[in-house]
Amino acid sequence: MPSLHFTPQLERFLPAPPAEVQASTVRAALEEVFRDNPALRGYVLDDQGALRKHVAVFVDGRRLRDKRGLGDALQPDSEIYVMQALSGG
Amino acid sequence: MRKLHVATRKGLFVLDRRGGTRPGWRISKVHFLGDPVSIVLPDPRDDAVYAGLDLGHFGCKLRRLDPGARKWKEMGVPTYPEKPSAQEIGWDDPTPWSLMKLWALESGGPDADGRLWAGTIPGGLFRSDDRGKSWELVRGLWNRPEREQAFGGGADHPALHSVCIDPRNSETLRVAISCGGVWTSRDLGTTWALTARGMRAAYLPPEQAYAEASQDPHMMVQCAAAPDTLWVQHHNGIFRSSDGARTWTEIEDVQPSSFGFAVAVHPKDPDTAWFVPAVKDECRVPVKGHMCVTRTRDGGRTFEQLRNGLPQRQCYDLVYRHAIDVTPDGDTLAIASTTGGLWITEDGGDTWKAASVHLPPVYALRFGA
Repeated sequence: MPSLHFTPQLERFLPAPPAEVQASTVRAALEEVFRDNPALRGYVLDDQGALRKHVAVFVDGRRLRDKRGLGDALQPDSEIYVMQALSGG
Repeated sequence: MRKLHVATRKGLFVLDRRGGTRPGWRISKVHFLGDPVSIVLPDPRDDAVYAGLDLGHFGCKLRRLDPGARKWKEMGVPTYPEKPSAQEIGWDDPTPWSLMKLWALESGGPDADGRLWAGTIPGGLFRSDDRGKSWELVRGLWNRPEREQAFGGGADHPALHSVCIDPRNSETLRVAISCGGVWTSRDLGTTWALTARGMRAAYLPPEQAYAEASQDPHMMVQCAAAPDTLWVQHHNGIFRSSDGARTWTEIEDVQPSSFGFAVAVHPKDPDTAWFVPAVKDECRVPVKGHMCVTRTRDGGRTFEQLRNGLPQRQCYDLVYRHAIDVTPDGDTLAIASTTGGLWITEDGGDTWKAASVHLPPVYALRFGA
């Protein structure tokens, strides 16, 4: 199953533990996590559901391409990392 | 008022007014150390404190500290609805419908239990009726077609920075937007009228200089005891209204300058107001490096330059629009700068004392109980 990991920088605001998801896109993976942790949504996505400007997502080591739709496809063993960008500090 | 809450680039600092052998204002507590705090509101109705965090990576957050509590609670945050198509909006709106900054926060009035108002970048007004837990966009203002004539001034997008709740009637609101004019509602935000007549924009072509929907008031304040009087520090100078914002009069020939961001009005005297001038738009530092606060006591006919206790050599401090406040008795004021200087007066501005010159850049401050 694809797995999601969140930057430890989020931990001081709210719990964001790693999660295994049954999803075929980044969007679906995040929505699955937000279902159980709704407060986390606003930390990762903006009001229109796009990735926040200074949040960086990596899928299997590659930077997320679709920052608005989050439609990047996942493999069954994909690893997704949600990190702080170096900008935005 | 014995507390001063100072919102900075790196945290929320709380100062206490102490008496005893060494009276004065001293930092007693720091919250959110390291995090940008864009706005703070000590609510006079229940002494709760609200802080708007501007997290660079994770967006804006709102926290509330209830009296006696040790921990801040995470509140809801104004959230824009899904952006419709240009066809549905009626024009090609380039504004991202997403909260960029919390830039005004006001309690809804002594009779309005739980009600708060929030101003934001990109320019929307939000209302909460449950002490910040949930928020709703005030569509009556957001959907006005005149929003097409608004634009960012400094920020990339319009900024609603001032919310004045009429002390006579908490259903009457006046808000100011950079660059989107001044608006008045008399029905709790359901309908609005553009009320910036007389304001002048030198940054627009001459034939558009008085276009109300594109004016850039930097800050607007309302006199509590005489609520038909409002003062605006505008991008082009100082304006005053004596008829509840229906019309505005430009105050000219203010020395050393009429340019600035901050303004405060005496809560009991509509003719007394304070400003913190900088040279001009293209040069936002004190005139000749000599910091001063200008004060009028006659409605803008004449101004005094108050300098006692403020740096008079090589001073480049700039006071932002939300970094000034005055206590209800009109005697105590605080101003703080983008380079971390904080000065307080307890005699209406005649003399000032530095409470700190080493703070992070200050964004906003408010006195509290």
